[in-house]
Amino acid sequence: MKKEEILYKYEKRKDNVLYILHEFQDLNPYNYVTDDDMQLIADYIGIPYSKVYGTASFYSMISEKPRGKHIIRLCDSPPCHLMGSIDILDVIKEELKIEVGETTPDMIFTLEKTACLGVCGVAPVMMIDDEVYGNLTPKKVRKILTEYKEGTK
Amino acid sequence: MAQRLNVLVCSGASCLSSGSIEIKKKMLEEIKKAGLEDEIRIIETGCMGPCELGPVILVYPDEILYKKVKKKDVEEIVENHFLKGRPVERLLYKSPETEKLIKKHEEIDYFKKQKKIVLRNCGMIDPESLEEYVALDGYEALGKALTEMSRDEVLKEIETSGLRGRGGAGFPTHLKWKFTKDAEGDQKFVVCNADEGDPGAFMDRSVVEGDPHTVLEGMAIAGYVVGASKGYIYVRAEYPLAIERLRKAIKDAKEYGFLGENIFDSGFDFDLEVRIGAGAFVCGEETALIHSIEGKRGTPRPRPPYPSISGLWEKPTNLNNVETYANVRHIILKGGDWFASIGTESSKGTKVFALSGDIQNTGLAEVPMGTTINELIYDIGGGAPEGKEIKAVQLGGPSGGCITKEYFDTPIDYESLTELGAMMGSGGVIAMSQDTCMVNTAKFFLDFNTFESCGKCTPCRVGLKQMYKMLDKITKGEGEKGDIDKLVELGESIKKTALCGLGQTAPNPVLSTIKYFRNEYRQHIENKKCSAMVCTDLLTYTIDPDKCKACTLCAQNCPVDCIDGERGVVHEIREDECIKCGNCYDVCPFDAVIKTTGELE
Repeated sequence: MKKEEILYKYEKRKDNVLYILHEFQDLNPYNYVTDDDMQLIADYIGIPYSKVYGTASFYSMISEKPRGKHIIRLCDSPPCHLMGSIDILDVIKEELKIEVGETTPDMIFTLEKTACLGVCGVAPVMMIDDEVYGNLTPKKVRKILTEYKEGTK
Repeated sequence: MAQRLNVLVCSGASCLSSGSIEIKKKMLEEIKKAGLEDEIRIIETGCMGPCELGPVILVYPDEILYKKVKKKDVEEIVENHFLKGRPVERLLYKSPETEKLIKKHEEIDYFKKQKKIVLRNCGMIDPESLEEYVALDGYEALGKALTEMSRDEVLKEIETSGLRGRGGAGFPTHLKWKFTKDAEGDQKFVVCNADEGDPGAFMDRSVVEGDPHTVLEGMAIAGYVVGASKGYIYVRAEYPLAIERLRKAIKDAKEYGFLGENIFDSGFDFDLEVRIGAGAFVCGEETALIHSIEGKRGTPRPRPPYPSISGLWEKPTNLNNVETYANVRHIILKGGDWFASIGTESSKGTKVFALSGDIQNTGLAEVPMGTTINELIYDIGGGAPEGKEIKAVQLGGPSGGCITKEYFDTPIDYESLTELGAMMGSGGVIAMSQDTCMVNTAKFFLDFNTFESCGKCTPCRVGLKQMYKMLDKITKGEGEKGDIDKLVELGESIKKTALCGLGQTAPNPVLSTIKYFRNEYRQHIENKKCSAMVCTDLLTYTIDPDKCKACTLCAQNCPVDCIDGERGVVHEIREDECIKCGNCYDVCPFDAVIKTTGELE
């Protein structure tokens, strides 16, 4: 879908800013919104660029810099923390050779920490794109990452 | 023709993450192979509750529950149970005490003490089927309210019920509705807070994913009472399945005329829309949530005016939590008196709790208010995993506090928990064992709150950071005498001066752990000791020369090469260079590496 088509779906109202940002981000192969995107939204709605940037930069799930094809969101809230999310984090860092907030050079993975994913019953948990993975162990994480790397997921 | 068996496959987020969809696919194949397509129906349901046992399958009409089902078990279930009528015993639940097999799901301890109102349909129906919802009295309450009751009569019923906000603060629901109803405005709104962000709380997710129409119906009834024709459900973007289910539910309800114009020919119009967050915890605060729906940065504003008077686009807005709305239809159908007969003097009805952490049966449990913490974590939760003992539970997430063993016989209601320095919050219960360091836990919650602080007011933005620094010092063994008092003083002033609920409650995890575990803080500061062996800076690794076989394994695995010794020569750790990673401790096959904490006495 083209950007204009996304814009025309929405009324020119301020409350649609976040939704258009979400859609623009999903459209971008690198999972982020560009300066041009934000300017486009500002012009369409009829508000200053700074307002759009203000909204975009406030929310952690909207990114203003390029990210990988797959976004790994590791939950590090207390239930997951208690059940060993830090060990899982170490494995991911080791496998992908990146730190939290970074993207692999081949632009396949971005590693982020997230607030509670609400699947605490099977902690520790991570989400890759829209898929949730629970009861993680180092072995299981390696297997999942390999599947993504090989493109079988 | 009615099917002989209904097979309910739990597709709550937890079971999904452990492969319930694969199991369902496999089961469809096997059933087809066995030629049973016409006799057996498979239904994907929302969360059934016992996440620990997942993936869970429930077979009706026998009510047989299979736990921890794997793809390879499916063939056996179909062959032996569905075809030959012999349930597969090895997949049934076994009572941990009596070792007896329990076939019927309602006889399992986890379910026995529960009373399901909010979760009644969760795990029982296909959440994507409006027909199934209607078959279980769905939208009957809305019909009754619109066609048989006046707005005041509905309000009266809610008042009689004693329902209070389930989002945490426990404000009487009927008062909120009344304020919005009485407020002046050409347009009013009803908003549902489904921005469940409290770590360890997942009941709203389960209700929305497992029984979305319940929430819609509650909101429509609220809309009728307050005089709103439009409503919004604000959901976190972290819950994609919830968003999808809600959108479908709204679409279906509109098609059937349960939402939209002139509902039940009553002249009442009500339309609903889903709004999505984007990862900001503070948006669970009502004024921040409203800003976020308006497309702005999700920062809170001072109250009053409360949203009931001036909310979304400055219009009167009734804002309740998912679980609150989910209670409404039952109150209308069964009456306020019925609801008020459940619970305690001040807190009526049930509350859904999410059990997680160091506890055997993680998952969701709905119990009458007044149930004790003991019943919740031992009778339902099954206590700590083997070899551990629960020393405290954290209630109310990062805004709440901990409660220690001595108080586990306290009946749970809003007041009793607040008195103990915790709070109901959204109902997340995180169990902690002796392996949990309370100072580190407090630091952890504070780190969360500091990160999520929106930065608008100084006490929260700056104060929390200072508290965090102090705690960090303490966990690193650099704590000084007087730090505890400073933490209390700063915490108390943040509570009094912060702008919104997040800031005002953010110091709670620290204050309550100081209240109940001051000794652990003292040990960290005075003896540089962490008895839970969690704070790495306070640990010392040494090698027991009598046990060391000089195999060099530890030295090979030391990332900083601080272990001296070679084959035949007993090893020694150079303490000043040790980074306390614990590798040597983990790899030593002879248990020669000793982990200690605290200054040697």
